[in-house]
Parts: sequence; C-alpha cells; structure tokens
Amino acid sequence: MSVRRLRAQVRLELTLLARNGENLLISLGIPVGMLLFLHVVPVLPDGSSAPLDALAPGALTVALMGSGMVALGISTAFEREYSVLRRYGVTPLRRGELVAAKATAVLAVQAVQVLVIGGVAVALGWRPSPTAAGLAAAVAGLVLASAAFAGIGLALAGRLPALRALAALNALFVLLLFLGGVAVPLAVLPGALAAIGGLTPTAWTVAVLVGALDAGAVDDGGALPGVATALAVLVLWAAGALAVASRLFRWS
Amino acid sequence: MSPAITVTDLVKTYGEHRAVDGLSFTVEPGEILALLGPNGAGKTSTAECIAGLRHPDAGHVEVLGVDPRAERERVAGRLGVMLQDGGVHRSATPAELIGTFAAYYDDPLDPVAIIAELGLDGVARRRVRTLSGGEAQRVSLALALVGRPRVALLDEPTVGMDPATRRATWQRLDALREDGVAVLLTTHLMEEAEQLADRVAVIDRGGLVALDAPDVLTAPDRGLHVETPGPFEPERLAAALSCEVTHLEGQRWHVDLPAERLSAVAVWFASQGVALSGVTVARQRLEDVYLRLTDNDEPASAHDEDAER
Repeated sequence: MSVRRLRAQVRLELTLLARNGENLLISLGIPVGMLLFLHVVPVLPDGSSAPLDALAPGALTVALMGSGMVALGISTAFEREYSVLRRYGVTPLRRGELVAAKATAVLAVQAVQVLVIGGVAVALGWRPSPTAAGLAAAVAGLVLASAAFAGIGLALAGRLPALRALAALNALFVLLLFLGGVAVPLAVLPGALAAIGGLTPTAWTVAVLVGALDAGAVDDGGALPGVATALAVLVLWAAGALAVASRLFRWS
Repeated sequence: MSPAITVTDLVKTYGEHRAVDGLSFTVEPGEILALLGPNGAGKTSTAECIAGLRHPDAGHVEVLGVDPRAERERVAGRLGVMLQDGGVHRSATPAELIGTFAAYYDDPLDPVAIIAELGLDGVARRRVRTLSGGEAQRVSLALALVGRPRVALLDEPTVGMDPATRRATWQRLDALREDGVAVLLTTHLMEEAEQLADRVAVIDRGGLVALDAPDVLTAPDRGLHVETPGPFEPERLAAALSCEVTHLEGQRWHVDLPAERLSAVAVWFASQGVALSGVTVARQRLEDVYLRLTDNDEPASAHDEDAER
C-alpha cells in the first residue's frame, strides 16, 4: 500500500464524485428534500406530519443509499464499461489501493451528508439526545449500512452493462425508498409489503438510528436490545452484500 | 543485452477461435517493433497478453525478464500501455488524470511538461468526454508515457489523429527509441510502420508470416514500374522489348526487365507518343507486401478501423 498512490487516487475519486450533478442530487438533494417535505406536509393518517425523530434517521438512511449504492454503483459501472478499471490494471495502482480510495471517498461524502442532513433536521427542531453507547451504535450503524449499500451497488455494477446498472440501481433506490420504511412508515404498508420491507437493510438502518439516537427510548430500557439486533442484522447484510459483490465483480 | 519483451509460442484462444496461434518474437531495448495484420489477426490479444491483462493459453511472455501477469507489481512501474479501448476516464480532465497517474510511479515526468509536449495545454482542464478522438488519443498516450516506461505497448496509438498530430506523435515515439525504450506498436497504417519501425512483424490468423526490417520486406522486386496517364498497348510493348508486361493497378504497370533497360522502355513510350509520369526500378510497397502476405481482401486503410470502433 503506497500512501502516495492512495492519496492521489482518493483525490481523483472525490473530485469525480463531487463533480457529477446526479450524484449531488441523489446524495443530498433527495434526502434533504424528503426531510423538508415530510416535515411540512401532514402525511400520517391522523393528519399530522411525521416526527423528526423518525424523519431525520430516514433521511440519513436515504442519503447513504444515494451515495453508497447509487452514486458509487453507477460511477463504477461506467468506469468498467469504459475500460477505466482495466487500464488501472496495467499501472502500479493496486486493486486494494483502488478499493481503499473509493471507500475513503464515499465515507468522506457520507460525513458531509450526515453534517448537512443532521444540520437541517436540527434547524427544523430535531433534538436527538443519544447516550454515549447510543452514539457509538449510531456511528456503527451508519458504517455498516454504508458497507451494505456499497456491496449492493457494486454487485450490480460489477456485472451489468453500465446503462442497465444505472436503471437497476435507480429502480432499487425508489423501491427501497417506499418499502424500507423511510418515505412511508412500515406500519402503513399492507402486511405482505411491510414484511418484505422489514427485511431490507434500509429498514434495519432506520431501526438502528431511531433507537440509538433517542435517549428516551434507552431510559425505557426497551430500545437498545432492539438496536443490538438491528446492528447484528446489518452486519449480515454488509458481509453478505460485499461477499456477493466480490464474487460477481468483473474488472472488465 | 537481453530482450525487453520475449514472446514464445504464444497461444490465446477464445472458445473455438485461436486468436493467437504459436506466435514468437522479441523486442529489444531501443527498438520499435510494429505488429501489422488484418482485423482479427491477433494483434490486440498479443498486446494484452504482454500487458498482463490476459493469460496465455500456451507459450509464455516475459517483460523485462518477468512474467507480466504473475508478477504484475514488478513490471507495472516500468510499463506504459495504451489500450485500444482507451480506458481514459470520461468525466475527468486530462490534467487530473495525468497528475494522478504521475503519482502512481516513482520517477514520473512532470505532468505539466508532458501536457505541453503533446499539445494538450488548450484542453487540459476540459472533461475528456468533450475532446476529439485525436485529443483523447493524446491523453491516452500521455498516460502511457508519464511514468517513464522502459517498455511501451501502444495499440493503434494514432487512430483518430490528424496528419500533423500523427507526425508529432511519431517524433515522440522516435524519441522513446532514442531513450532506449522498447516499443511494441500495433497499427493498420503502412506509412506508420514504414516510418517508425525498426522491424515489422506481419501476423495473420494468429501466426507470424513475416518479421524483418521494413526495407528488407520491401526489397527491390524484379523489373521496372511504369506509370503513364495515356492509353498504350501493353502487348506491343511486350513484343517490342521481349518481356512480360503486367498491370499493377490504376496507371501502374510492371515491366519485367532489368534496371539497365530502363531507357529502352522510355524510348519505346516516346516512339508511341505516350507520356510517362514515372519509370522506376520496382520497389515493393509495404502495403503490397502486406496484402500478399496476409492474402485477404481487407483493404489496409484507416477507414475500417474507424468502423470497428
């Protein structure tokens, strides 16, 4: 692992991620817009709008799907299609360095997402009060969710032609948006859909964040066991998705 | 000095198709070897095996004494590769890419210098996707050269370049040879092979059909080449000088006489009142040699190359 190569590659990956307008839209525009919309518009059956304690974790989860799954997946699919990855293979840049550079770039983007979306939610009145353990659980949840979404994105990007990967990833994004308990609460969905939605990494990420960031829930003694379960499920999702991605991935 | 590239009995198959079928050659340091052959002759497969991108099905390849696939990391720092399918990131700018690639190598060229040298200053901060084909090719060449390679593999490096840029690129490749770099060049352009190459390897259906210096391959043919715009009766010329006369193409004819009888040919044409635009001692053109060796109908022009992309 060469620091010089890694640093140069991280800079290139960050430049390319930040340059792409669609990436900015799906990474920041959609989650912030969703947060604002659902906060202002009463969508719940009782005529009220959803509480920020649910909306903010949902928007953060959507943001992770946008950057970790959609933006990373689509950019990687096109790099594969245009032989960019193949060409890296004839330079001294090692695969491990390329993967580390992409992971670093995506995590950096996600740090910005957390700051922006968290900031907007706080400005709207969100007052998370996590314990130290809850905060650690939330960070772990964000990282695991990011790995799971990146694995899903790379599994599709590593095999499909770029345009099909683009279509599939966008479709999956919308599907998870509606089934994963972020745009629409799981409780509102019909039973079968709610059951499917409950299995998605999106729903488990929301479960970790909602539970971990709400100190009140901890005081009840009810939330943290649920958080631990959700984290365990996310570990499975992350490991599984990355394993499938590395099995399916073709460099050219 | 040992060869920089050694290819021995290389075989590469795709399913039933033997793309490369027992190919052997070497490239020495400070030598440009041009690999010439019709589409599908195995040029790109050969280059990709040497680059370590493909695994030979039989035979072996050595680059600077090392197996380029098994020991990629020992070779990659001294190898400059220009792939036929580009591999240049379309959303990045030439300056970003060349700067990043420079950081991959221990002793790179100054990115600013190579950008200037290849005439890319004007487009260095534009995205690659907005560049012309020839400009993108130059970016690709810069990426191949920025690490000061000892071995350069250039798969059709001047495709899409205008004539002036092509000449400038040839000069750059000449300079590589001066520096002792081993250059393997694949091309469809006879002129490129003739101008640049120390040796030309003609391959067809995966096998080597000729390997020699361009002027050996185009060594004087028997006879004279006559070029005339006017109509004349070749049978009468043949009868008058007791020799065979055959049509080559267009206005060119082959007269099977030794060089010292050249003036007799000129006198005969004068006596017929037919103007000559040229009489030369026949030297085969590389294109003729190539077409004869590869023995198929494909015209060796840049056009079908464009159609291929």
